[in-house]
Amino acid sequence: MALLAVSNLGKQFGGLQAVSEVSFSVERGMIKAVIGPNGAGKTTLFNLITGSLTPSSGSVLLDGRDITGHRPHQIASFGIARTFQNIKLFPGMTVLENVMIGRHIRSSGGFIASMLHLPWVLAEEQRIRQAALERLEMLGIAELAELEATSLAFGQQRAVELARALAMEPDLLLLDEPAAGLNIYETAEVGRLISSIRQLGITVLLVEHDMSLVMDISDEIVVLSFGRKIAEDVPEAIQSNEEVIKVYLGE
Amino acid sequence: MTLELFIQYFFAGITYGSIYAIVAIGFNIIYNTTGIINFAQGEFVMLGGMISISLLPIMPLPLAIAAAVALTMLYGALLEICFIRWLDNPGVLRMVIITIGLSILTREAALHVWDESIRSLPYFVGNEISTVNVLGARVSPQVFWVIGACGLMVAFLSIFFQGTSVGRQMRACAANRKAAVLCGINTRDMVTFSFVLSAGIGALAGCVMSPITSTAYDNGTGLAIKGFTVAILGGLGNSAAAVAAGLLLGIIEAFSVSVLPLAFQDAIAIAILLIILFVRPHGLFGSGTAAGLKEF
Repeated sequence: MALLAVSNLGKQFGGLQAVSEVSFSVERGMIKAVIGPNGAGKTTLFNLITGSLTPSSGSVLLDGRDITGHRPHQIASFGIARTFQNIKLFPGMTVLENVMIGRHIRSSGGFIASMLHLPWVLAEEQRIRQAALERLEMLGIAELAELEATSLAFGQQRAVELARALAMEPDLLLLDEPAAGLNIYETAEVGRLISSIRQLGITVLLVEHDMSLVMDISDEIVVLSFGRKIAEDVPEAIQSNEEVIKVYLGE
Repeated sequence: MTLELFIQYFFAGITYGSIYAIVAIGFNIIYNTTGIINFAQGEFVMLGGMISISLLPIMPLPLAIAAAVALTMLYGALLEICFIRWLDNPGVLRMVIITIGLSILTREAALHVWDESIRSLPYFVGNEISTVNVLGARVSPQVFWVIGACGLMVAFLSIFFQGTSVGRQMRACAANRKAAVLCGINTRDMVTFSFVLSAGIGALAGCVMSPITSTAYDNGTGLAIKGFTVAILGGLGNSAAAVAAGLLLGIIEAFSVSVLPLAFQDAIAIAILLIILFVRPHGLFGSGTAAGLKEF
């Protein structure tokens, strides 16, 4: 069974059909990319999957379970994490704390127990800290742990956001333009990172404009144009697809 | 002014000051997670005092205080769940008006339950006339209970917000709500927790201050104004600054008695509030540019 199955998904904003009748599925362990010109509905698609927007029609299944219409925090706890095109970190918190926040859905300390500082809460706290540090080490930013997250360079902030998403131990990771604003060296680094994320058994669905990155790392590509899916295939086939070339280069 | 008199005023100042600080921190906790001022904050303090006084005949003092704090927390949770939680994207103004309504509602309910009489808890140690000698000045032992309890609450809160998962989630919710939701944090629960926490610390402050200040059904309003002044004075949302600002206001009030008639004491807080709002609306310790960022 596919990990993520999107079927006939549609979203209407007033008279604008931002996404219409989009269907595709993502198999477990795969890296799948969604590409398309600006305004094709890629970010809207992500917002529909993560519950930030409610679909006008269609359904989203995660591992066979219908998650359509659930609230975003519930969908996150079902196992979908995401990063943003414009990075959203928690200002005033350190890098480590930011990543620890991602960890909490895998921990169990309740409100009353936390208030009373019960011993097992402190032990749990220690485990959360350890898990967060491991993620930072994996991304090679462990030495930044105690710095304020929003004071870092752009590329580093992106790594922190990725570490936070990984700390959630998701089944599916949605990356919204992970290479946006990065130079070619940093982009290559992001490519390596995404491949190593796959090694952890995490399925990746990404939106990206950098074609060399997309063609390099993806197993399959979905192409959107004006909210509709116009192609879905392996990278080589997409590169020679007439309709895709038409959409990108004009008639 | 003699040294004894100075110390006398000073202790009176920090006693009231630490209570103002706790009320202000209550404001800040809710402000940080919701962006609103909960004007029913003073009522939590009143309820803490009143409930513990009512429970005292049937149970020992520490138990009565614990029960009063727990019941007030429950009341805080109920207020949030019944009147705020179900609102879909409520405007700030709408929520503020709701809390003003809740404040009036609570006060009137308290009037019916406890009538207009002024009550108080007994002194925790000794009685009204027992004193501790500090450099020649006579200070009631209850003063140390108040300062100690408020100090402990501040320490407890800072550990809670820095060092526990739930505390960190509440800060995350304050810092970036959207990102918090997508990290799987139920922000509505965090708002409920913030009401519970504010109610709890308010109620405990209400218990320890009751022997000194007495408790009546309409105590809350005055405290809410002082607490609000302190929260603004320190810079909304900043609890360390609220402690400093609370002590400052308490000490200013206490020493003002030596130059102004006692009746002017409350006017001082209001005057300070107005001056701050005109001159430094982001507070004494807040920076203007950072005023847009909310952080505990």
